[in-house]
Formats: sequence, structure tokens, C-alpha cells
Amino acid sequence: MQSETKSHVDQLTSPAGHPVTVLRFEGDIASTSKDAVLGTYQALPKETAKLILLDFTKVDYINSSGIALVIQMLIEAANSAQKVYAYGLSAHFVKVFTMVGITKYAGLFPSQAEALAAL
Amino acid sequence: MSDLKTTTVEVRLPSRMGFEKVAMSTAASVAKLMGFREDRVEDLKTAVAEACINAIEHGNRLNEKLSVGVVLSAGQDSLEVKVIDDGKGMSKQPAKPDIDRKMHGEEDPRGMGMFLIQALVDEAEWVAGSNGKSSYVRLMIRLDKDAE
Repeated sequence: MQSETKSHVDQLTSPAGHPVTVLRFEGDIASTSKDAVLGTYQALPKETAKLILLDFTKVDYINSSGIALVIQMLIEAANSAQKVYAYGLSAHFVKVFTMVGITKYAGLFPSQAEALAAL
Repeated sequence: MSDLKTTTVEVRLPSRMGFEKVAMSTAASVAKLMGFREDRVEDLKTAVAEACINAIEHGNRLNEKLSVGVVLSAGQDSLEVKVIDDGKGMSKQPAKPDIDRKMHGEEDPRGMGMFLIQALVDEAEWVAGSNGKSSYVRLMIRLDKDAE
């Protein structure tokens, strides 16, 4: 019933010249999204993927289980000296991410261009 | 819905993850008919989804022989939503999630549903059913938030 979560990885370079790994998600982010969210993240090379940008532009539904997966990713990233940022969340989910404190550990940006400009 | 006094809409969901979206969509449709602002509709959608997930997962323990009842009662200035399951109800409310504790592995990354429900609607109460069944959560969201 939940729409399958799709994910793919892009490698970009910020205007400042830093390599940025973009994880693009599509569909729902829920309890069934573990492979798409954590699996995709865990497959990244930890030595080189130091700046990670999550693209939620094509995500319509995130529930508390999905938020928990994002937090698990943030925990693993913090332990690997990686920095995580996100963009493309609706105003509602920016509010929800702020309520649960994710913004303390992952900077949110309105768009990819604004995120890259800050990295 | 200008002549709305109290209109009731009921949905019955199977205890299967993902079906919370049916209740979510129904609640959103009713709220839009009542004239709720879009951001309040989004708040309601998340609160209803989380209430249904709790009912499916914890109340009915994913037993597909049991269903989750969702009763939406639209009044003139508020929308009440009851989400009913066959569990014993909450014995105590979990503590407010603490992101620092989660990040340091001192708290389960999960466990944010009830917090989100309380934060996103005007009233939320958890009622344990008599005989240890038919527990429900009652949510209330007021239309006068539009005036803010």
C-alpha cells in the first residue's frame, strides 16, 4: 500500500569546489524504506563522501518511522565525520523536522542550488 | 458544507501498514470541505496518519483480522477524529523525544508518533477502552486557527 521508495545517487561539486554526494529519494519515506534510505547511504564510500545532500523533492509522505530512518542515518554519519544536509521538503515537513530536532544535525535548504551554494 | 452541523464520516482500515494513508486522505478531504487552511490540513494528515500507525502496530499488533476504526465528526468550527483499535490503550505517555539522546544512542530513534500528534493538533487524548479493548485516541483540530 505504501509507494515504494526509490533512491539514486548523484555526485556533484559545490561552487566552492567541494564534492557533494546527493541521495535523491522518490515515493514514501516510511518503515518499508530502510533499504532505500539506510541501504543507499551505507553503500556510500565513507572515506570520500563527506558532504551528503538529501533530496526530498519527490517525496510526498514521511511518517515517524521514516523520520527515524533519517535519524539513524544522521547517527551513522556523525560517527563517520560526514555532514548531512537536505532540501526539497515541503513547508509542513520542514516544520516536522524542526519539531523533532533534526535541524540541529542536518541543515535544511529550499533548493539544491541554495544548498550547494552553502557547501 | 455551509449548513454543516455535525457530519460524521467513518472509515474502517485493515491492520496493515500503509492503509493509514486512506484515513489521512479522508481526513484531508473533510478538512478541506470545512475550509481549513492548507497548512492545518497538512498538520491533520500527519496526526491522523500517526494515530492510525499506532493503532495498527501497537493497538492491533498488525493482526489483519482486526480493523482500525476512524470516525471523523465535523462540527461547525472543529473537526474531531477518533482512531479506535482493539488494544488495551496507553498505560503512560512516552517522554518527549530528545534528539540529542537519540543521536548519542541513549534513546530509540523511533517513538515520535505521539509527540507529533500532540504537537500538530489542538487537543489529543488517549482513552483506554473498558474490558481492555476498543481503546481510542481522540484528536481535535479547530477551524478558528484560520484567524491567526
